[in-house]
Amino acid sequence: MEFLCEPRQSLLECLRDVIGLTGTKEGCNDGNCGACTVLMDGRIVNSCLVLGVEAQGAQITTVEGIARGNQLHPVQQAFLQNAALQCGFCTPGFIVAAKALLDQEPAPSEERIRLWLANNLCRCTGYDKIVRAVEQAAQELREVKA
Amino acid sequence: MSTAEMTVVGTRPIRHDGADKVTGRALYGADVQMAGLLHGAVLRSPHAHARILRIDTSKAEALEGVLAVVTGADFPDSPERLVDLGEGDTPLSYIRGNVLARGKTLYKGHAVAAVAATSAHVAEDALDLIEVDYEVLPCVLTAPEAMREDAPILHEDLVTKEFGEKTGRVSNVAEHFRYSMGDLEKGFAEADVIVEREFHTATVHQGYIEPQNATALWNNDGRVLIWCSTQGAFTVRDTVACMLDLPVSQVRVTPMEIGGGFGGKIPVYLEPVAALLSRKSGRPVKLVMSRREVFEGTGPTPGSYIKVKMGARRDGRITAAQGYLAYEAGAYPGAMVGPGAMCIFAAYDLANVVIDGFDVVVNKPSTAAYRAPGATNAAFAAESVVDELAEKLGLDPLELRLRNAAKEGTRRADGPKYRRIGCVEVIQAMRNHPHYKAPLPGPNRGRGVAIGFWFNVGLPSSCSLSVNADGTVNLVEGSTDIGGTRTSVAMQAAEVLGIPAESVRPTVVDTDSVGYTAVTGGSRVTFATGWAAYEAAQDVLRQMKERAAKLWETDAAAVEVSRGVFRAGERSMTFQELAARLGETGGPVVGRGAVNPRGVGGSFSGAIADVEVDPETGKVTVLRFTSVQDVGRAIHPAYVEGQMQGGSVQGIGWALNEEYYMSADGAMLNSSLLDYRMPTSLDLPMIDTAIVEVPNPGHPFGVRGVGEANIVPPPAALANAIYRAAGVRMDRLPMNPPAIMEAIWKQRD
Amino acid sequence: MPTVYIPTLLQNLTGGRATVEADGATVREVIENLERSWPGLRERLLDQERLRPNISVAVDGEVSPLGLLERVSPASEVHFVAAIRGGSVCIRTVR
Repeated sequence: MEFLCEPRQSLLECLRDVIGLTGTKEGCNDGNCGACTVLMDGRIVNSCLVLGVEAQGAQITTVEGIARGNQLHPVQQAFLQNAALQCGFCTPGFIVAAKALLDQEPAPSEERIRLWLANNLCRCTGYDKIVRAVEQAAQELREVKA
Repeated sequence: MSTAEMTVVGTRPIRHDGADKVTGRALYGADVQMAGLLHGAVLRSPHAHARILRIDTSKAEALEGVLAVVTGADFPDSPERLVDLGEGDTPLSYIRGNVLARGKTLYKGHAVAAVAATSAHVAEDALDLIEVDYEVLPCVLTAPEAMREDAPILHEDLVTKEFGEKTGRVSNVAEHFRYSMGDLEKGFAEADVIVEREFHTATVHQGYIEPQNATALWNNDGRVLIWCSTQGAFTVRDTVACMLDLPVSQVRVTPMEIGGGFGGKIPVYLEPVAALLSRKSGRPVKLVMSRREVFEGTGPTPGSYIKVKMGARRDGRITAAQGYLAYEAGAYPGAMVGPGAMCIFAAYDLANVVIDGFDVVVNKPSTAAYRAPGATNAAFAAESVVDELAEKLGLDPLELRLRNAAKEGTRRADGPKYRRIGCVEVIQAMRNHPHYKAPLPGPNRGRGVAIGFWFNVGLPSSCSLSVNADGTVNLVEGSTDIGGTRTSVAMQAAEVLGIPAESVRPTVVDTDSVGYTAVTGGSRVTFATGWAAYEAAQDVLRQMKERAAKLWETDAAAVEVSRGVFRAGERSMTFQELAARLGETGGPVVGRGAVNPRGVGGSFSGAIADVEVDPETGKVTVLRFTSVQDVGRAIHPAYVEGQMQGGSVQGIGWALNEEYYMSADGAMLNSSLLDYRMPTSLDLPMIDTAIVEVPNPGHPFGVRGVGEANIVPPPAALANAIYRAAGVRMDRLPMNPPAIMEAIWKQRD
Repeated sequence: MPTVYIPTLLQNLTGGRATVEADGATVREVIENLERSWPGLRERLLDQERLRPNISVAVDGEVSPLGLLERVSPASEVHFVAAIRGGSVCIRTVR
């Protein structure tokens, strides 16, 4: 897709205000909370630290692109089943980050999950159920492949 | 009825708003879009204490793209009066003053002016063009400093009150109160062991990930329409109406989904500013705070200075307790020192107590509630002293607490006697928990415990239920959903109606569409809005019994309903079957509930913490953590566990790292999420939870509010664990590496 | 007769007594009768015929949503405690 932006607008701003995809959130605008996490060519980035113009030619995946049509992704399903969200504001960032992890590593340990998600802040849950949700999603994805 | 007999309460259905929340479709306040929307920005004072000599906005107004600039002078001309905002009467000038300063700025970050422009970037550029001349005044940053005779005074008209009586003293002490029982001197005379300690706690922030935001449209019909992130749409409505001198019906507030609040989104900051900008510009205006503005311009929780002295006999009975609590209110009076004083010794059955509380203004942002406001500071102090008493008496810390635990009938220091409470049950659950018995081998490791209390509130809630022809029900309520309450409320309605949780569709609506509902706070929603849903569901059943009676041509009195099945003699019909026939029996069925319930049940919570302290860096690693809490009845256990885990982790952050790091001239030096260090997933183990259920006799399902009590014990539990791991008793929060090293080095000397 | 617990800082008005008895079927009546025996109390508890906004009344251990209108029985305990209304705005303008 194509969009027009000013050089000073971040990718986050472009996603939310120019394109209208408001699923990605702003929590701090300086790369410290992970609420703005998107995938850029498969890599996790804080979209508040990427300029809109830098996205030229790149494949960007936001939370809106995780579900397949009507079907929630196993990570999304696992978050719901494990009550891994309370206010839900950090959830889009976590969903994107967790999906990226499971795309790369099918059987991450608890410690590995915690390290991977350390840039995503959650103030409501204490992370316990989030980690369990990612573990459950990992297992389900392994079963699907098997 | 025990949970085992219930079909919905106690289960774990998927939350009704789940799909929207995991796909990014749910709309939060900053997501609001509308035609002609302008973007606002707020100019904030760079000084902790200053007189405003001159504001010149002309250059900003002239900037291309700027459509309006406002200051405190743009509020309507109103005579000064007192307004009740929930915890006492406050001068209108104070309420307006915190939103847009007049005359003086009282903290760095205090809002002084605001602009609306065609883009957020233009608005920011415009701020640089507003000229403000300040006369900088000396500032005061802690309660002890502010209480001194020679301290700089923040409000020339602030006279210390003692239980409603003005003492005639102008000072920074807004209020002094005292609770007392028995004979303190006699109590200490009876003690074999006395411990007396002083504590300091730093200012901390609620740390919600979503910054404050508000969009306002001052419409052509004179109504002010607001969309915002808030814990209380009606509070916003009433406060904005008050500030703008409008009847409440002229203001409509639509609460968007809210990204965390924890008490910090009860006060109003941006809404009146957005409204004033909208009136001046003729367009809708959206304001969103930056993270820095959240730290510097909203309401953190008080820093405090607390003294605790407790005495006990050899047999473990505490004979006397004394507390002195001086809390920083920030720029305007209203520190939650009262609740702190009510909770400080609330877990104990005491005969001789004196507690003095002081509400003190300082040049910091005006404080707001933070999850069991006031109680965490108090418990850090009291539970550390209790731990020391246990050590000196040679008693297990839980055993000491058990011997003095408050029970039904115990009188609290603030006066009333407890009704049915679960303090003993919580302590016993802690003692019996595998965590408490697990060995903790290795050097530099220790285990600590603490308990805490929060009384919870009731307050008004309204709810309506409409029955659909397919047997599902629409539930309309006004409690903004921060933690999954739309589901716990829906579950209670579903239980009464005898239908699945998924058959009740809850919606949180605006202030035009539902009856008055108080804030989402005070751990009240599952309790009070649940009550309202319960009443509405009973109302629905009454009406449907009449419809069944009509169909069966019998008396309504002959119809019974149980678990969603209506019966009269041999005949029966399910809720779903009857719902399909409402049209032919008289039309729609709409049930209502509107409550201001009594019967609130307080909640006790306990924390068990294992830590390892690195003796060379002072870094504390939390090895294992267990939260125990009496929740009365867990409506949705997964979300109850979530509250316990979330509160525990906030308590851990408060204990180990979080603080407003202030410069001498009153600037917060760490106003970013990098340096205001909240726990990440990497800092924590799993948080184990143990739900204790001592049903609250005052609620149909036995519910006690669960959201808050769990943040109260963690800092003390960690302090007590650190003592056993590193041999030092910490007397200040946060217990970060430098603080721990200082304590270790001091001990060595 | 109902027992009224006097807040510590008001006990100078009751000659140092921490509890006093006062008759009445509602909290309002009790306060009126209290005032007869101990002048000055009413003004500290009420403002313009209503409970001061920072005070709640608890009858028999339960904070009463009805305040002055709450019914009181002969064996009741009446306490005046700090009001905690979590930001619930009372649009009543006090003075």
